[in-house]
Amino acid sequence: MNWRSLALKSFLLPGVVLLIVLIIMAALPSFGSKYSIIFLSTIFMYIVLTTGWVMFSGPTRQISLATAVFFGIGIYVAAILGMHLPLVVMVLVSGLISSVMALMVGGLTLRLKGVYFTIFTFGLLELIKNLINWYEVTFTGTRGRFVVVVNNNTIYLYMLAITGLTLLTAFLIRRSKYGLALQSIGEQEEAAAHIGINVTVMKVSIFAISAFFMWAAGAVMATRWTYIDPFMAFNMNYSFTPVLMAIFGGVGQLGGVVIGAIIFAYLEQILITQYPYYYMLLFGLVMVISMLFLPNGLAGMVQKWRARTVGGGNVHS
Amino acid sequence: MLVTILDVGIAGLLMGGLYALIAMGLSLQYGVARVLNIGHGEFIMLGALATWTLHTVYGINPLLSLAVCAPAGFILGYILHRTLYKRLMATSASPGIFEGNSMLASFGLLFIIQNLAYLIWGTRYKAYSYLAVPVNLGGALFPANSLVTLGFALLIGVVFYIFLVRTRIGKAIRAAAQDASTAGLMGVNINRVLALCFGLGVAMAACAGMLISMNYSVFPSMGMEYTVIAIIVVVLGGLGSIPGSFIGGILLGVIGSIVTYFDAGLALVAYYVIFILLLLLKPTGLMGK
Amino acid sequence: MSILEGQGVTKYFGGLAAVSNVDFHVDQGEIVGLIGPNGAGKTTLFGLISAAVVPNSGTIRFKGENITSLKPHQICKKGLARTFQSVKVFSDMSVLNNVTLGAHFGRLQRVSEARATDEAARLLEFVGLSGRATIPAKDLTLVNQKLLEVARALATKPEVLLLDEIMAGLNSTEITQAMELVSKIRAQGITIFMIEHVMKAIMSVCDRIMVLDHGKKIAEGTPQEVATSKTVVEVYLGE
Repeated sequence: MNWRSLALKSFLLPGVVLLIVLIIMAALPSFGSKYSIIFLSTIFMYIVLTTGWVMFSGPTRQISLATAVFFGIGIYVAAILGMHLPLVVMVLVSGLISSVMALMVGGLTLRLKGVYFTIFTFGLLELIKNLINWYEVTFTGTRGRFVVVVNNNTIYLYMLAITGLTLLTAFLIRRSKYGLALQSIGEQEEAAAHIGINVTVMKVSIFAISAFFMWAAGAVMATRWTYIDPFMAFNMNYSFTPVLMAIFGGVGQLGGVVIGAIIFAYLEQILITQYPYYYMLLFGLVMVISMLFLPNGLAGMVQKWRARTVGGGNVHS
Repeated sequence: MLVTILDVGIAGLLMGGLYALIAMGLSLQYGVARVLNIGHGEFIMLGALATWTLHTVYGINPLLSLAVCAPAGFILGYILHRTLYKRLMATSASPGIFEGNSMLASFGLLFIIQNLAYLIWGTRYKAYSYLAVPVNLGGALFPANSLVTLGFALLIGVVFYIFLVRTRIGKAIRAAAQDASTAGLMGVNINRVLALCFGLGVAMAACAGMLISMNYSVFPSMGMEYTVIAIIVVVLGGLGSIPGSFIGGILLGVIGSIVTYFDAGLALVAYYVIFILLLLLKPTGLMGK
Repeated sequence: MSILEGQGVTKYFGGLAAVSNVDFHVDQGEIVGLIGPNGAGKTTLFGLISAAVVPNSGTIRFKGENITSLKPHQICKKGLARTFQSVKVFSDMSVLNNVTLGAHFGRLQRVSEARATDEAARLLEFVGLSGRATIPAKDLTLVNQKLLEVARALATKPEVLLLDEIMAGLNSTEITQAMELVSKIRAQGITIFMIEHVMKAIMSVCDRIMVLDHGKKIAEGTPQEVATSKTVVEVYLGE
């Protein structure tokens, strides 16, 4: 069996498709409506958050609720520095800060098992939110701050770039030996350690990488809101929503994750203004139904259906 | 000086009694049924809003409405476990995966219940006044309803403790909390016990909701704050230890009261700092295994 | 100097000494057996060597170097690999990828994708699993999963291999095949330390046998010496 040509095929085809899609999307601002540009920016945001979440929590099977932490810090750094620095520099700087912070958080907490880790990440979110809020109330006297407004098209293009980068990174990691190693850590951590995998370094690294993208997304999206406060920036919905999107779409396949993000981002956009409660209700229902009947999400369902009709599918994505 | 200490201390106990009650329910659900019910606060909210409705629309005494809310909560919880969580247990490959899945399912429940509440009750804060008369305790004034709350919390805690230690079912629950599969082998109908515990947890949440509605205003999104506190207390007391949750609740309430005395805005921050430190340094908490 | 040796190795779990003051040594090229009744501390000793567990006292040396305080992945990279009593294959991964991982992260540095895959294929051939390379590991029979663990451990290019009850649950034919595999591995220059309950296998394939009981070493010697030792027979009363 020629393993090499097989590997090449699975790299080239998706890569070319992604490139074509990216080129089309990049051209959009010139002929798309303002509404659709904003709409797409939000969809990109969710794709980045969801893919970032899956990068870590997918293979390691440790559910992180820290997504909103990194996203929120991205927003805040953008707000604080945005007055002084051009967008590019600011995005890079915030990304680096977030990665460092993720390294610290990761290093400290990755020895927490299962549920403890999840509630820790959740507690972290609440802590930071309340800490910043207290700080603002006590010292600066105001809650929230104003953000420099940036052109919608610029936001769109930046988000497109970040989305592309995130997807590319996720894809490359998955296909590499590191992706395999991460998967092995999630399945049998002790055995993985015994075949030479430095579990702690791997987990912390991927955690930091995912945090970078979440942060970057936050920094760019911050410029969409003219005014932000801690409760908006560190909104726990940014932690929960990516989880739902990923689970619904199917954690095992990157394509599933993206589709889950698109579907829910779309639903949110059309329902959130008129029927916010119905949207969240639907959200909850889908979550429960997915847990009960769709353990591998939509992607898993599609895979099973394909395996049954075609007869023998792939072992892994 | 003494008055201040008394003031802070009793305020802490009042808060703590409520925290203890909230935490005990969650501790029961996680400690025995291994479900980290993130939606716990939503059941508290349901109890609170139901009590408000019964009081303002039908003029029913809040303390009496307990007779309706608690059993209703129990039944709701029992059914939820027998349908949702039992199936999750069957489809989860390992206990660890089940814990993750059941937590995510509880998230889903959180959104469902909270938004149903929004649709039924609307967004406006609601409140009613009941037993708002001040009571003088050693020079400090406390509203009667707060004292009733503490009294109730203690009562429910003690009754429940006796239930756990003296009755057959209570013993079955404790056995299941220690080791579910062995308890099953010893003849305990494990499915029923787990569902029972979950139901009791919800019933306790409903009670807590009733008590909260007596003291504070209620609204559909009030639940999360209590869920978080319940989690902190459960970790503080030790995951799986119900007496631990009780003590942890009182302790956290007192700490919160002390911190509030110095700077009200720091109370929540203090809670989270304690929480984070606990998880990093002693995740098993005060009395956990 | 033995390639693997330990002095005074002790491990307490709570108040119970799972391994108590055990001295052991394995020389290069040997196949050493480790036997003892259930609960004697055999798997715990392996856990102490591979750093899955940290000893309370004692030292363990590998190739003369003190490895007592190292982490499992570091010990693997030094050239010591193990299999597990309760099989820990990566279930959702293909059989081939299970082994490829070992090749990537084991003792070899900077292995290319192609070389790792070739090495994995070669090892699957070596243990007899070639035909099943692409199926998910969870679909293998227990016997084959054990073989997979061996292949995966071998992929890390160890000098010493710890085998933990690989023959448990095997039938007669499979046991004979396993014994042949163990000999083949030694023929490659790899030293083997193996825990086993299947007496006929241990007796015929090992150069030396160590006996543990209640955490203590109670006998050591050639298979004949151990088989005829009164202490050992008493401990195994009825076996």
